[in-house]
Amino acid sequence: MSDIFEIEDLRLTYSDNNESLRGVSMRIPEHAITVLFGPAGGGKSTLLRVLNRLNDLADVKQVSGRVLFHGQDLLSPTVDVVELRRKVGIVFSRPAPLPLSIYENVCYGLRIMGERRKARLDEAVERGLRQAMLWEEVYDRLDASGFALSGGQQQRLCLARTLALQPEVVLLDEPTSALDPISTARIEEMMQTLKDVYTIVIAPHNVQQAARVADQAAFFLQGELIEWGDRGQIFVRPRDRRTQEYIEGRFG
Amino acid sequence: MNERPMMLSSVNRQGLTPRRVQQLGYGLLRLISLVTVLPIFLVVVYIVVRGAPSIDWEFLTAMPREGMRAGGILPAIIGTVYLTLGTAVFAVPLGVAAGVYIAEYAADNAWTRLIRIAIINLAGIPSVVYGLFGFGLFVIFLGFGTSILAASLTLTIMTLPVIISTTEEALRSVPQSFRVVSISLGATRWQTIWRVVLPQALPGILTGVILGLERAAGETAPILFTGAAFFLPRLPQSPLDATMALPYHIFVISTQVPGMPVQIQFGTVLVLLVFVLGMNLVATLIRSRARARREW
Repeated sequence: MSDIFEIEDLRLTYSDNNESLRGVSMRIPEHAITVLFGPAGGGKSTLLRVLNRLNDLADVKQVSGRVLFHGQDLLSPTVDVVELRRKVGIVFSRPAPLPLSIYENVCYGLRIMGERRKARLDEAVERGLRQAMLWEEVYDRLDASGFALSGGQQQRLCLARTLALQPEVVLLDEPTSALDPISTARIEEMMQTLKDVYTIVIAPHNVQQAARVADQAAFFLQGELIEWGDRGQIFVRPRDRRTQEYIEGRFG
Repeated sequence: MNERPMMLSSVNRQGLTPRRVQQLGYGLLRLISLVTVLPIFLVVVYIVVRGAPSIDWEFLTAMPREGMRAGGILPAIIGTVYLTLGTAVFAVPLGVAAGVYIAEYAADNAWTRLIRIAIINLAGIPSVVYGLFGFGLFVIFLGFGTSILAASLTLTIMTLPVIISTTEEALRSVPQSFRVVSISLGATRWQTIWRVVLPQALPGILTGVILGLERAAGETAPILFTGAAFFLPRLPQSPLDATMALPYHIFVISTQVPGMPVQIQFGTVLVLLVFVLGMNLVATLIRSRARARREW
């Protein structure tokens, strides 16, 4: 299992002087589910948004360190961020369909790339929706608005939209925090099949979910990476007392 | 079934209970809003009643005769249409582009704030000042003469602030999440604006455009020195011709022509009113339809 991301001493400060990441170093392996967990405000979301440079849109004052993606530093100003974001997709915590039809939502990324061939688009839409386990529920109403779906369906639509681009990495930022338990279970189940094809990095919305889905786990506390390792080590034999206390639910 | 005693209404206190104060307040507010709407309503009704009898096919499609004391007002109607369209040609692309720039691209710094203050102040300048400015710049300096072109450009400057600020507002009302999602899928800023943000903001932008043009259509002062003619025996043939226009024509026939039949004055006012209120109605329809269809 080789590493797709290597993060070295990553520090990030927002313009309100809020230091969100304080020297984070870790590796993220390919074709596995890496879980970034810890209490709110720990920097998980920020780290996810560094991995596809979505932080460019935020009020970031300073970033230092290195984040290697396939050996190339993606913090470098010469990186083609459009290309990077196609390879590293993201799904947000709140279902966020674009104000378009189901079909157009899924093929949005391809259209942006200039794909016009109907057959290609059709194929990508079906593949994306099937991978996100939504096809059976929507194949007869692809022209309906993305907003016509339930919350859980909308979130799978967003996943399908990301998968339609055939990225290498899928970032999931608390993807089930706005969903009911059944939709949550479906998404977690889906992640297990998706990791054969994609590398998944997820900020789960609670520690139980972290323990359920993780292959690798990293515990973040107030911008610091306390420890990281594989699932057995982190959840069964954590090295740091704070990790253990958090997992046991003594603070949250 | 046991009925619970109605505690609230059984207490029959006299005097100013909070409930009564509230009713009084509502009544007062209702009265005040009626007072504000009433004059508008009266003006419209009065003009319709006095003006309607003179409106017929000839009035709308014929040239004026007998020193404008008879015949129709076609050249004034056509002129106002030309001026409105001419203003749209310049003001819409400029205004929308400026609004997009300010809302989507401009950094939040002193320079942007300066631009925004300038736009707000531009909206507060008296229209006659625009007229004189247009006269100096377009008619004389640029040599367009008294023409539809010069008048349209003058009206454009006057209309721009309205279009820019409504465009900016319409864009800002589009949820930020759409932009983030689009960019996360590999779209550039421009692709995001073009494919997602602008379509959602379009009804709002159109409303602003129409309201701006509506104001331009009804203005007299800015065209007074720049393109409006007292009387022309034929319709304008090119953008460099001067033109008659409804607002200026109303001024002319109300103050400059002795022995003017009153019904022609009211008829002309009614035509302008219908023109302007018609545009307003279109804007309102666009807005309410978009609001009904909006999903976010």
